[in-house]
Amino acid sequence: MNIPSSTVAEAIASANRDRAGALIGYLPAGYPDIDTSIEAAVALAENGIDVIELGLPYSDPVMDGPVIQEATQTALAAGFRLRNGFEVMAAITARVSIPVVFMSYWNPIVQYGVERFADDIVAAGGAGLITPDLIPDEAASWIAASDRAGLDRIFLAAPSSTPERLAQAVETSRGFVYAVSTMGITGARLDVDSAAKSLVARLRASGATSTCVGLGISSADQVREVLAYADGAIVGSALVKALTTGGVSAVAETAAALSAGTRL
Amino acid sequence: MSLRDELGPYFGEYGGRFVPESLIKALDELDAEYTAAKTDPVFQAELTALHATYTGRPSIITEVPRFARHAGGARILLKREDLNHTGSHKINNVLGQALLARRLGKTRLIAETGAGQHGVATATAAALFGMECVVYMGEVDTERQALNVARMRLLGAEVIPVTAGSRTLKDAINEALRDWVANVDTTHYLLGTVAGPHPFPVMVRDFHKIIGEEAREQVLALTGRLPDAVTACVGGGSNAMGIFHAFLDDADVRLVGFEAAGEGVDTPRHAATITMGRPGVLHGARSYLLQDEDGQTVESHSISAGLDYPGVGPEHSWLADIGRASYRPVTDSEAMDALRLMATTEGIIVAIETAHALAGVLRLGEELGPDSVILVNLSGRGDKDMVTIGNYFGVIDREAEQV
Ligand SMILES: Cc1ncc(COP(=O)(O)O)c(C=O)c1O
Repeated sequence: MNIPSSTVAEAIASANRDRAGALIGYLPAGYPDIDTSIEAAVALAENGIDVIELGLPYSDPVMDGPVIQEATQTALAAGFRLRNGFEVMAAITARVSIPVVFMSYWNPIVQYGVERFADDIVAAGGAGLITPDLIPDEAASWIAASDRAGLDRIFLAAPSSTPERLAQAVETSRGFVYAVSTMGITGARLDVDSAAKSLVARLRASGATSTCVGLGISSADQVREVLAYADGAIVGSALVKALTTGGVSAVAETAAALSAGTRL
Repeated sequence: MSLRDELGPYFGEYGGRFVPESLIKALDELDAEYTAAKTDPVFQAELTALHATYTGRPSIITEVPRFARHAGGARILLKREDLNHTGSHKINNVLGQALLARRLGKTRLIAETGAGQHGVATATAAALFGMECVVYMGEVDTERQALNVARMRLLGAEVIPVTAGSRTLKDAINEALRDWVANVDTTHYLLGTVAGPHPFPVMVRDFHKIIGEEAREQVLALTGRLPDAVTACVGGGSNAMGIFHAFLDDADVRLVGFEAAGEGVDTPRHAATITMGRPGVLHGARSYLLQDEDGQTVESHSISAGLDYPGVGPEHSWLADIGRASYRPVTDSEAMDALRLMATTEGIIVAIETAHALAGVLRLGEELGPDSVILVNLSGRGDKDMVTIGNYFGVIDREAEQV
């Protein structure tokens, strides 16, 4: 098989050469409205974020805590449609040079059509997809489509995953493996679980070369702490909260403050 | 091949495990424990003893000739799951899973509930086994099933009203899944219907199949033959799978599930998932689903909290596709009329969920004719619904009396 090289893995590797590691920022498409969500994502790129994770609002987000739930439900209530997600993606990629990936629950992708979804990510200049409720065991159609389209695909690994499942996550992921820092859902936490450190070590032992830690990271100190052992740190709720309370300028400030944690 | 041998994780193209990786270990452990328990005489003896001395099994069947007069004269037999301890079929599954949870060393049970019957049964098992219990319930449902909220609290459970989304069963399941992801080490998620990720659909079905096994013998003993049709209401589909399963290979026995049509399937306010939905993924499994073009779940509506769910168990989707079972919609008002008819002709007040099956049977009886025998799963009793029933008929009766 002709596995394409990964733009996301390259961005993460480059951040690890120049700095302590990569910072990945999550924001939902269409929140608080389409235009602001584009400006906020561009602000991430301008303030030290290495990869943008663009969330597609979904009616039943079981991996998300209250902050992201409220944002994505607001977007849906305002009439967000899946096609708007591709418009937002295209508008962002036209203005930034860092990779942008979607984060989407599985049913919207199934209904859109897996192949069509892959094609439209490519057309919008996107780099790939994170799938929080799709395990590799159920992902045959997405693995085929992403191989064909040359897209990155990011599966999750949990502290409870067996060695066999970690190996599977490493083997099937491209771009990075998403190491879930704690047994929980998204939301800022005071201390990032120590389980994350041993999970990253176990992933490396399984052959992972690009591992990013997410769930609960909300400060530059936590970013620094995570980058001491992982290739990247993923921040979501803290950025969404900033967008809710202070708009695009607050997102810019928060991203800049978080990126201090990537300095050597 | 026998239709009774399906073991999951797939039923045709339905089922599977579409959940966060964090839950896979717990699902694997549950699957292994359940598989071992199936052939473990100690487990089976424990469950059988509980059913005999606590649940009150076997439940009886009751023939209802005065009601049947309104159903084309068909012979109608009720499988009385309403007489179980806690008042519905839900206890069958709860005791099975609670025993498994104890074997897995879990000390905390969480559950979703719509009508509150599953929550009450779970709170009951937690009290019996000395476990902590948290029940998630949509805020709308805590209001319309207030009696069951009080029962759960008296039993020592914490009831958490869910204010997200449609504030009904779907959102309670989301919240329970989030809790489980965060507390999976100590906690068993005691899912209350034949939905969710594998092994829940098969396991919950197996804990309920005693309903059909008993009823098949009871109907044979009473009538000397198999029924022409076996029927039940369908929310997630647990009471229906429970009574269908023993009859799956009896090709001449029709299996008919009745879905909640709310204000009508020609309106947006219904919960008729198989009738009106299309395949998709929700709550960990691929199945029929009420959803929009983008795959966003559409809010369901039913007067019955236990049927007010936009999904359905994957085995039902498969049985519908292969034509082994059929699913028909029943509106709020048809169900309420059937509820009152059963009360006034037979002295049995049923749950509003169950009333959907009764309404369906009134029509089915007309179709099958006076020589037919129809078995209905009487899934629960109506005590919890007395406020809703009173308000509903209060209005209607006052108007009727004035005429
Ligand atoms: C009495 C009764 N019947 C039926 C149902 C519907 O569930 P299921 O379709 O899983 O049997 C409920 C659910 O709350 C119930 O309480």
